Amino acid sequence: MRHEFRVQVGPAAFRIGSDWRQPLDHMAALYTGYPEPDIPDFTVRLFARRFWRRFLRPSVMIGGDYMLPDAAPLSLAHGMLGAEMGMNLQMALGQRRYLLLHASAVERDAKALLMTGESGAGKSTLSALLGERGWRFMGDEFALVDLESGAIHPFPRLVSLKNEAIALFESSVDASRLGPLMRDTPKGDIRHLRPPDDAVAKMHEPARPALLLFPRFGHAPDVREIGQAEIFVRLTQASTNYVTLGEAGFDALSGLVTTVPSRAVDYSDTESAVASVERLWAELVA
Amino acid sequence: MTDAFYRADPPEARHMVMLDGVALIFHRPSGLTHIVAPPAPQILEALEEGDADAAALLERLQRDYDFSAADDLAVALDARLAELETAGLVWRP
Repeated sequence: MRHEFRVQVGPAAFRIGSDWRQPLDHMAALYTGYPEPDIPDFTVRLFARRFWRRFLRPSVMIGGDYMLPDAAPLSLAHGMLGAEMGMNLQMALGQRRYLLLHASAVERDAKALLMTGESGAGKSTLSALLGERGWRFMGDEFALVDLESGAIHPFPRLVSLKNEAIALFESSVDASRLGPLMRDTPKGDIRHLRPPDDAVAKMHEPARPALLLFPRFGHAPDVREIGQAEIFVRLTQASTNYVTLGEAGFDALSGLVTTVPSRAVDYSDTESAVASVERLWAELVA
Repeated sequence: MTDAFYRADPPEARHMVMLDGVALIFHRPSGLTHIVAPPAPQILEALEEGDADAAALLERLQRDYDFSAADDLAVALDARLAELETAGLVWRP
């Protein structure tokens, strides 16, 4: 590839190759402070479908070690989103060393709070918000469950702020931590946020899972208990590699479900969500 | 009930974890995970003594467990056997 950028995020080393310089410049600026690995685990490629599409209405295809054959190309302005999507895809399809949960995670006192739920439930925004308020941000997309110890390993990639969540951070964080505003992407408006410095510095420090929440945005505030069997099923659905890992995945997931308290949390605004999280943490963990 | 004999894999073929009222079973030969309700785990345990038809299984279950209503147990046994057979956890050789 003409241009290359390397970055280490938690235990995963990425090489991003690109036909264009622009998306990699944005990434290099935002991933300031992250280690640069020598040997990548995963490769992502941003490439033009035809040679002239490098220049004429550039159209970015996403490739890599693992790829989705029917993925639609993105405009060059959304190229960085393509790289991030490609990185997620490599983890989702290629990661075998950990049980991957589609969940966000934050840490306090070496104990991890996991939040999982459907897209739009607010787990990403909540984890980023908590990361600005005294918690250590561990990741907004994937929580990596250690197959031996059950500990949660961080994957503190850039936070993908979407739509209304963007304004929450624009006024409160240093502008150098925010990437370009990408409007009208397939996922709506997107703006990437670099996690706080301590999240990057501690990207190799795991934490013991201590609380599992299923947040749901847009409902009257409520907290409910969930049966362990339902939690288990929900987490198998939230995992991208549960089936691939076989019994090691079963052991890790059943261990998580039987040892970590869990609640479903409905909330109508982010402030009430933060308050619920703090209250539940005090009740069930601290 | 049918007169057919049922058989299950030996216990080392399963990893079972009890969760509030149901059992998670990782079935090693297939690599599949199952969630089953009582008395399915007890049926699998009863089959460790050897193949059995439904009547013999009912006797083993009533001998080992304090199930309250015998009539309901026979119906539940049939239902659970059918589910276990569909799941591939028991079969009729």
